[in-house]
This record gives sequence, C-alpha cells and structure tokens, in this order.
Amino acid sequence: MVQILEMLTQATWSPYVAGAGIGILVCLAFLLSNRPIGCSSGFVKADGLIGKTISPSHVEKKEYYREIIPEVDWAFMLIPGIVIGAFISSMLSGQFHLIIVPATWSATFGNTPVLRIIVAMLGGALLGFGARWAGGCTSGHGISGSIQLSLASMISAACFFAGGIGMAMFLFYVIGGA
Amino acid sequence: MLKLGELFTGIHRDRGLQVILGLLFGIMFGFLLQKGGVTSYNVIIAQLLLTDFTVMKVMLSAVIVGMIGLALLKHFGYVQPHPASGTIGSNVVGGIIFGFGFALLGYCPGTVAGAVGTGAIDALIGGVVGILAGIAVFVEFYPDIKARFLVKGPLPAVTLPEFLKLPTWLTIIIMEAAMIGFLLLLEYLGY
Repeated sequence: MVQILEMLTQATWSPYVAGAGIGILVCLAFLLSNRPIGCSSGFVKADGLIGKTISPSHVEKKEYYREIIPEVDWAFMLIPGIVIGAFISSMLSGQFHLIIVPATWSATFGNTPVLRIIVAMLGGALLGFGARWAGGCTSGHGISGSIQLSLASMISAACFFAGGIGMAMFLFYVIGGA
Repeated sequence: MLKLGELFTGIHRDRGLQVILGLLFGIMFGFLLQKGGVTSYNVIIAQLLLTDFTVMKVMLSAVIVGMIGLALLKHFGYVQPHPASGTIGSNVVGGIIFGFGFALLGYCPGTVAGAVGTGAIDALIGGVVGILAGIAVFVEFYPDIKARFLVKGPLPAVTLPEFLKLPTWLTIIIMEAAMIGFLLLLEYLGY
C-alpha cells in the first residue's frame, strides 16, 4: 500500500512502465468501449459543438460532421479526462507549474511569450489539420493503430516522426542556430 | 464465455456508460502520459532532435504490450479490431503536415491536453486554440481535400501481415522482436 502511494507521488516513472500501462489501457478500451484510444477526433467534436452554438445550420451542412458527429461521447470526454489525469498526476508529485515558455524553447529563442504562443498556435493549426488529413494522431495511429497491425497507421506514424524530426532540426539548428 | 461476450456488447451499447468510460480512460491515459514524462515540451522536442528517446520508449512499450494483449483478446473472441485502410495521399501527406505541426507546437493532440493539465499555458492558448482552428479549416475544405488527396494512391493492404503475406502470429513475433531489439539497442548505446 505504501509502495503504491510512493509510486503515485513519484515525479516520473520509467518510460517502459508508463508505456506498458498505456498498452494495457488501449486493450481495455477495445474490450470495454470497442474503440481505439485516439485524441484528435475529440477536438473535431469540440469544434462542431462550438460551431453549433454559433451557427447550427453551418455545422449541419458540413460533410465531415456527418462522418464525425459533434456530440458529447466517449471520444469527446477523452480530452477533458486527459487534462484531469495529467493534473492529478502532476499535483501528486509536485510537478504542476504554470509556464508559458518552456525551457528548451527559451534557451534558443528567448523568453518572449508572444513569439512562443504564435509559433505554438501555428504548430497547433498544422497539427490539427494534418491529424484529420491523415485520419489520426500519435495515439490513434501511432499506438492504437500499430497495435492493430494497421499498415496505414504504421506509415502515418513514420511520417509524423519524419516530418517532426525534419522540422525540429530546421527550427532549432537552422533558424535557431543552436 | 458467450455470456461474457454479451456483457461486453451490452456495455458498448450503453451510451451513458460510454461517456463516463471515455472520461475514465482519459484520466488514466493523462495520468500515464504525465508519469511517462511525455506531457513535457522539453521531452518531446528532445525526442524530435534525437537527443532523448523517452517518447519512443513510451510508445514502443505501449505497442509491445498492446499488440500481444489485443491478439490474445481477439484469439479468445472478446474483441474484433477493425483497422482502416489508407492511402499515400492521406497517410503520407497528412502525416508529414502533422509532423511539421508536432515540431512547431512541441506537443501532439493527446500530450497537449496532458500538458494543459500540468499548467502549460502555451499548450492551452497556443496549442489547443491552434488545433481547433486547423481542424475547422480542414472541415471547411474536406470535400475538396478528400477528392484531390485523401483517395489518391490506395495502400496495397490493410494490415501488415496482409502486406508481408505472412501469418498474423509470425508478423507479431517479428514486430515484437524488432521493437524489443530497438529498445535494447537504445539502452546499449546509452540513450
């Protein structure tokens, strides 16, 4: 019991232990909810729900919202769940910190919040756009899809990292000159 | 065994229960992401700069465990996974766009939510807002993108064993050995 409590308050676990836990979680999600753990469709639903409050007719006309229905369901609830889970974990271990500019960013690009937020927003836009273009994200394709031996998911995951490694190196080594 | 299968089907159909399960799976997923260290911008960027392999270690451990777990659940008839087919136009093009965003933001859609939970303001007002905007643009142009890109270049197979023309069990053994071998190599090289 004491050991479990100690584990919950540790700052980090071995990545192998946390990863194995995620692998078990994906299997439980298939068993209990008959679906992969994927995060980007929850954001589609959030977008549709926000859109509905502004212009319901506009949302109804969109073909994509007929494929991914904007409603408060399993996939939508996953997102607030992740926020809560990470909050609990970071509070238990004293790792909760309000930060705007992460250390790795400020070491190369300085402490200006505006620059970090603008690039984060641009990155977020490409991330959301690309995730729906590819039909999934790091969790949906990279983990859940690979577990299902999906060829499309494994190719997507390889491209996530190819694009990510290329852009990160360009950003930090070419533009940042680090 | 049949009774148990019926029980799970009943759980799948219970919409109210599924909403709660979604929240609970999210909480556990967010907890594990934070404990694994991957809700941190610094850890994700270090992975993309190939100076730290925590993200790979978490992802591959999840796949190593999940691949065997799901194969067993399938073998005993408890789950029927339904992997989707893909195309070059969707998975390769979209994957690279995603990768560019991944590096600029320093989080992915799951870890960005986790980062918000740990107090990262850049993840909330930069990342989440950006993701919602990017998806809104995608939704707007979806019919065009679908016709011009998403349907182009269908992949030759849906699953890896179909592609390799190998039995599923053998493909799983090869994949498990390759993934475990890669992680051992990382440790051996001191990463």
